[in-house]
Amino acid sequence: MNINLTLIGQSIAFAIFVWFCVKFVWPPVTAAMAARQKKIADGLSAADRASLDLELAQENAAAKMRTAKEEAAVLIEQANKRAAQIVEASKDEARKEAEKLIEQARAEIHQERVQARDALRAEVATLAIAGAEKILETSVDANKHSEMLDKLAAEL
Amino acid sequence: MADTPVEYIKHHLQNLTYGKLPEGYERVATDGTVTQLQEATWTFAHTAQEASDMGFMAFHVDTLGWSIAMGVLFLGLFRFVATRATTGVPGGLQNVVEVCIEFIESIVRDGFHARNPIIAPLALTIFMWILLMNALKFIPVDFIPVLAQALGLEYFKIVPTTDPNATFGISIGVFILILYYSLKVKGVGGFAKELSLQPFNHWALIPVNLVLEVLVLIVKPISLALRLFGNMYAGEVVFILIALLPFWIQWTLNLPWAIFHILVVPLQAFIFTMLTIVYLASAHEDH
Repeated sequence: MNINLTLIGQSIAFAIFVWFCVKFVWPPVTAAMAARQKKIADGLSAADRASLDLELAQENAAAKMRTAKEEAAVLIEQANKRAAQIVEASKDEARKEAEKLIEQARAEIHQERVQARDALRAEVATLAIAGAEKILETSVDANKHSEMLDKLAAEL
Repeated sequence: MADTPVEYIKHHLQNLTYGKLPEGYERVATDGTVTQLQEATWTFAHTAQEASDMGFMAFHVDTLGWSIAMGVLFLGLFRFVATRATTGVPGGLQNVVEVCIEFIESIVRDGFHARNPIIAPLALTIFMWILLMNALKFIPVDFIPVLAQALGLEYFKIVPTTDPNATFGISIGVFILILYYSLKVKGVGGFAKELSLQPFNHWALIPVNLVLEVLVLIVKPISLALRLFGNMYAGEVVFILIALLPFWIQWTLNLPWAIFHILVVPLQAFIFTMLTIVYLASAHEDH
């Protein structure tokens, strides 16, 4: 229990230990701890931000969906209208076409009838002459009686 | 080693002393032969008498050795962790170190409000060092002395904090810091004013104040050192007394006392640290 040089030795050792701790131990460990703290804080705030972003994105998506739906509805409406118009227009066209066709057919039929009548008329004239020849037993001079025959054909 | 209980106790409380014996000193060997030293010599003390006759010019080799070993252990461990400190997920050892540092940081934050980057590492050093030195107490009292004896060393006391030299060594360091920061923060005038105008703020009472305040100032390191020394020394004496009992009964007292010291060891380290912080905080307070 004697007080001696140990006292001073201890003081020196203490001073060196404190110096070492101040210089080489405390700063790196506390720096690492502070860095980790910052990392965690950043991570937490990033997570917060991410969840906020997610919410925002969801809202955004919902809004976009809504507008898309509305646009689609409008488009469908337009398409329907357009389709109706097209149908209407094609109906008109078809009707016109049909009428035109009917008209043409009618004209053709008429023409054919006229032709047929003419042919028939000529035939009938020949037949009449043949008949008359048979009856008169003499040949009818076609050239002589052509005037009469023509008259007859015109009456038919 | 020792024949009677008193000798046994005295032996266990004697430090291994390396010091200077004066010229003409008569050394009495264990067999009673006396040799006179021709000149002053540095040597190991073979008896308690020799150790005390060495006076101030002596070292307690065991105290110095073990305390430095503990300090190196502490700093080595913490430095090891500090160089490898990761900002990611810390490992087990780093966790322990960080718990210690956070503990010290929190008590410094609570007790010390000025800005001084030295205080927290200082407190950490004091706490860990004293904790490790105190913890040497858990080694049974006979283990190391018997081992040392086998190596030819007469005395070996391993707990440095049971040596007043160690505790005073630290508290003197703290005292110097108290004086340094008092002068630095308050200035010479401010410090003088604080010493002379408190607690009675009247010119006629300056001498009374001075006596009181200087006493208060000087008592700080003494109380620091004596509290730690007293607690540890008393605990050690009780351990040694228990060791005098028959071996088969020792554990009934030894075990509770050791368990009690699980509380005492960190508590004393904590008190020393806490008071150091408080003293230094008051040194930083400018009125």
